[in-house]
Amino acid sequence: MPDLSPDEVRKVAGLARLELSEDEVASFSQQLGKILDYVNQLSDVPTDGVQPMAHAIEVMDVFREDIPQPSLSREAALANAPKQDGRYFVVPAILDGA
Amino acid sequence: MSDVSATGLLDALEAGDISSVSLVQQALDRIGKIDGDLGAFTWLDGERALEQAGEIDRRRAAGQPVGRLAGLPVGLKDNICVQGWPTTCGSRMLEGFRAPYSAHVVQRLLAEDAVLIGRNNMDEFAMGSTTESSIFGPAKNPWNTSCTPGGSSGGSAAAVASREVLLSLGSDTGGSIRQPAAFCGIVGVKPTYGRVSRYGLIAFASSLDQIGPFATDVSSAALMLEAISGHDPRDSTSINCPVPSYTQELHEPLKGLRIGLAEEHFAKGLADDVRQAVEQAVAIYRQLGAEVVSVTLPHAQYAVAVYYIVAASEASSNLSRYDGIHYGHRATGKHDLTGLYQASRGEGFGPEVKRRIMLGTYALSSGYYDAYYNKALRVRRLIQSDFDAAFQKCDVIAGPVTPNTAFRTGELASDPLALYLQDIYTLSANLAGLPGISIPCGLSPAGLPIGLQLMAPPFAESRMFRAARMYEEQTDWHTRTPTLTH
Repeated sequence: MPDLSPDEVRKVAGLARLELSEDEVASFSQQLGKILDYVNQLSDVPTDGVQPMAHAIEVMDVFREDIPQPSLSREAALANAPKQDGRYFVVPAILDGA
Repeated sequence: MSDVSATGLLDALEAGDISSVSLVQQALDRIGKIDGDLGAFTWLDGERALEQAGEIDRRRAAGQPVGRLAGLPVGLKDNICVQGWPTTCGSRMLEGFRAPYSAHVVQRLLAEDAVLIGRNNMDEFAMGSTTESSIFGPAKNPWNTSCTPGGSSGGSAAAVASREVLLSLGSDTGGSIRQPAAFCGIVGVKPTYGRVSRYGLIAFASSLDQIGPFATDVSSAALMLEAISGHDPRDSTSINCPVPSYTQELHEPLKGLRIGLAEEHFAKGLADDVRQAVEQAVAIYRQLGAEVVSVTLPHAQYAVAVYYIVAASEASSNLSRYDGIHYGHRATGKHDLTGLYQASRGEGFGPEVKRRIMLGTYALSSGYYDAYYNKALRVRRLIQSDFDAAFQKCDVIAGPVTPNTAFRTGELASDPLALYLQDIYTLSANLAGLPGISIPCGLSPAGLPIGLQLMAPPFAESRMFRAARMYEEQTDWHTRTPTLTH
């Protein structure tokens, strides 16, 4: 596979909510192209009828009683927030005129 | 402390020959003296550790019960949460983050009276095999400080190899315990997936991540794994089955042991010095009466491709939580909400983390999901089936941990794919969920350590430890220590 085009790199970065510099777009376009070229060898492996394996062990749904348990206090939950007002996390305005 | 092991120190503590306070003080002194050159620790909790050690000494002297690791200093990788400790994953994204709760393994270690003394350096978000991408700067290999200690748990390995501490914890998603153990000439264990709770381990690739121990010998590693294993309802993938006493069974040699050798582990790309050391180790098993059988792992060659799709996909999902709002780095300047996410993540993550988020996002995106992610999961099943078939013929599989000995720091930094290909022998155990151990089995002509890998079927850690100990008992590689210039 040739390089991933810069536009494709920007599109994926948008999906990943990742701001990239123009230098990063250029190097990822080349590096990701090379990595995808390598992983494309998987298309040579016949896998008809093979079940996808998402987990190393058979994972079952695990249920528990729905009982309230102690959890982090508001203070502890906010302690690492880069911006908070003592009660809430602070985010930029989402709605116009808010 | 050169050829002393953690279990040896425990005996001395029990006998009253040494105190935990003196051990902790020695560790802190040694770190103060040599760690400037090694970069194995990024943060120390010295004062609290000394206090805890004093309290354990008092209990022991008074004849009160103490835990199985009572008084031993332990280092912890920077991605394992300890309440109140900085927990940064070696990333600018988590600079200043203090964990609000402790990981299950930390609670287990404290319950066994281990003394947690500080943070070990690591590759950013455990993505790497050189410990170069840490914001704290690279960790160095104690055997040759111009070489990498491996990674991503390079700090945990370098700390034990240099005898700053004799026990540490790392995490292994694709070889991040076994590879640095091999590069540093110590013992490193990746347990069966589900054996150890991941609660409080900062997630990288959740279907592959496992926490495991580093130690100077098999017995101490077995003791440490025994202490941290067991069911934890807070990790739904943690398995509820009894933990055998690895240490009690350890010294019984296995009768009729069948060692499997896979031709795929000895194909081109394997350095001569590593091949020779591994073959010599196999010869020792033969002398001990083990039967050596050939097995095949025909899909092993696809492990790198499968791993980098699966791990990157899971990482892109797991790391979406870093939004600059709840915790972690937040960009300054005026942004709308999406712009704030993008700028915070763009500034907070380093190049390798971004590369993997990009790869994973691409593999999971509409139009590519079946060709990449789903295809990789199907081939993953085939890799696991190969192991199922192989373990019909043998009890453990022996082989190299790495294709070569430690390379120079920075040597492969500009070629991500070349670096990924280094992981060829370790990735399969994570994909298949198997336990694996790296034990020292030689030194290269350049004086760098070589590791022997043993892999066993799921939950056969006891068998793996016993097989490892049979070899260790016949050799003295595990007692060799690097000559530091201090």
